[in-house]
Amino acid sequence: MLKDITLGQYFPGDSLVHRLDPRTKLICVVLYIVALFTAKGFLAYGLVFLLLATAVKVSGVGAKALLRGMRPVLFILIFTGILNLFYTTTGTVLVKVGFLQITTGGLANAFFMVVRIMMLISGTFLMTYTTSPISLTDGLEMLLNPLKKLKVPVHDLAMMMSIALRFIPTLIEETDKIMSAQKARGADFESGSVIDKAKAMVPLMVPLFVSAFRRADELATAMECRCYHGGEGRTRLHQLHYTRNDWLVMGLFGVLVAAMFVLRRFSSF
Amino acid sequence: MAEPIIQMEHITFSYTTEEGVAPVVLDDVSLDIEKGSFVAVLGHNGSGKSTLAKHMNAILLPAGGKVYVSGVDTADEERWMDIHRMVGMVFQNPDNQIVANVVEEDIAFAPENLGIPPEEIRRRVDDALAIVGMSDYARHAPHLLSGGQKQRVAIAGVIAMQPECIVLDEPTAMLDPIGREEVMETILRLNREQHTTVVLITHHMDEASQAQRLVVMDHGKIVADGTPRQVFRHVDKLKAIGLTVPDTVGLLYELNQAGLDVPVDALSVEECAEEIYRLLNERDKE
Repeated sequence: MLKDITLGQYFPGDSLVHRLDPRTKLICVVLYIVALFTAKGFLAYGLVFLLLATAVKVSGVGAKALLRGMRPVLFILIFTGILNLFYTTTGTVLVKVGFLQITTGGLANAFFMVVRIMMLISGTFLMTYTTSPISLTDGLEMLLNPLKKLKVPVHDLAMMMSIALRFIPTLIEETDKIMSAQKARGADFESGSVIDKAKAMVPLMVPLFVSAFRRADELATAMECRCYHGGEGRTRLHQLHYTRNDWLVMGLFGVLVAAMFVLRRFSSF
Repeated sequence: MAEPIIQMEHITFSYTTEEGVAPVVLDDVSLDIEKGSFVAVLGHNGSGKSTLAKHMNAILLPAGGKVYVSGVDTADEERWMDIHRMVGMVFQNPDNQIVANVVEEDIAFAPENLGIPPEEIRRRVDDALAIVGMSDYARHAPHLLSGGQKQRVAIAGVIAMQPECIVLDEPTAMLDPIGREEVMETILRLNREQHTTVVLITHHMDEASQAQRLVVMDHGKIVADGTPRQVFRHVDKLKAIGLTVPDTVGLLYELNQAGLDVPVDALSVEECAEEIYRLLNERDKE
């Protein structure tokens, strides 16, 4: 079950998408989200999807990995779909059972909402899959650099984020281990009511937290030993440079957002 | 006698607990580590060996006494960065020392903190990877490596600082036998080829016996100090403080106890076999 959590995992590679500057990818993801939430109608969604599909194809990540990342949010997807299906009352009524009714508008709304969430997740996952967390946080730090003037601890936040990402697989592995250990001693994580299940989590969470704190303490010491003293005077192995490709890709996403606004206004399809 | 890189003079230390002061962990310990040497510190759990290690690069400061690293007092807060750089530290659990998600980015962490120019970082990362024999894994994700490989990455991360001395605090305690061997090989190579001073904290006899100098600790005191041969000769003394001797020494000791004339300080299996063979030959002649 825990193996499904792919959030924050990085698949090293050398595709065009991998080689883009992390700042470009961050900006593009923001533009992509804006485009996705502006999109209206099949043509608009089609365009966004086309761009996403191209990016996935070029990245070589594979749709399978992206879909696997979708599994944990399956419930939310279904829930959103059902909610939109029944609560929208525009368009012509197709089926009516008691107080529940399905309209053409509801059908369209449900479809678009689900597609929107799926594409949202795929897009952001594609970024984390193709960008090493450190360069991602580097990019974020550089993009947010102006905020340092306002005394926002940008470097510290970026460091915390990259360490959190680094420890996700380690802690998942640990959780699996503790779960097996507790199961071996008769713990039951699967059956019973929701409350029973929540209670069964206690013997899992306590050791996990204790170990996480111990890890944090050891890591802090190890970082100190490697001369970490905050962001001041730090250099980088990988310097960030915008290349021609970066500008092109950013331009492409800019055009996409513009297209979405235009389509929203003038196209009824 | 070569010039010392670390000088510890009459240091005492005790961890303070909520109930007050806990038993003394280090009790008037004086130890000099010479430049370029390979020193093993041996002791069972709670002997104070890890605490001693943490005094070597100012993670802990002695309650009494002084520690000098290349002549710099570790109590001087202004110089801690220098001390951390001069004396690198590798810990038991490799998972809790690796900061980054890609091997080479992790190794670059220390040079980055030191503000070294990118081209120089690149060179240091490649060199460090070559020294620990992990060049093929530069772009790999650390959590997918084996324990021994992870620990070698951690060692490379320290080498990239170009320290004069590396202190390893039970680096093999969480590894399988193959991983242990990999790490020991790396440590030995580091000492021989890079001339880095190595302090190895361990409770494994066979690891300690590979050092040039062996310091045995018990209850916060140094109880023996010398070459592994000299130290292992005192089998009774080691057994009294709960340490086992290497199998080879143990065997020769038993033979010796049984009244046979063999020296007890043959460390390697070959040497041990040689001694027994010689003994058997002599008996045949009689």
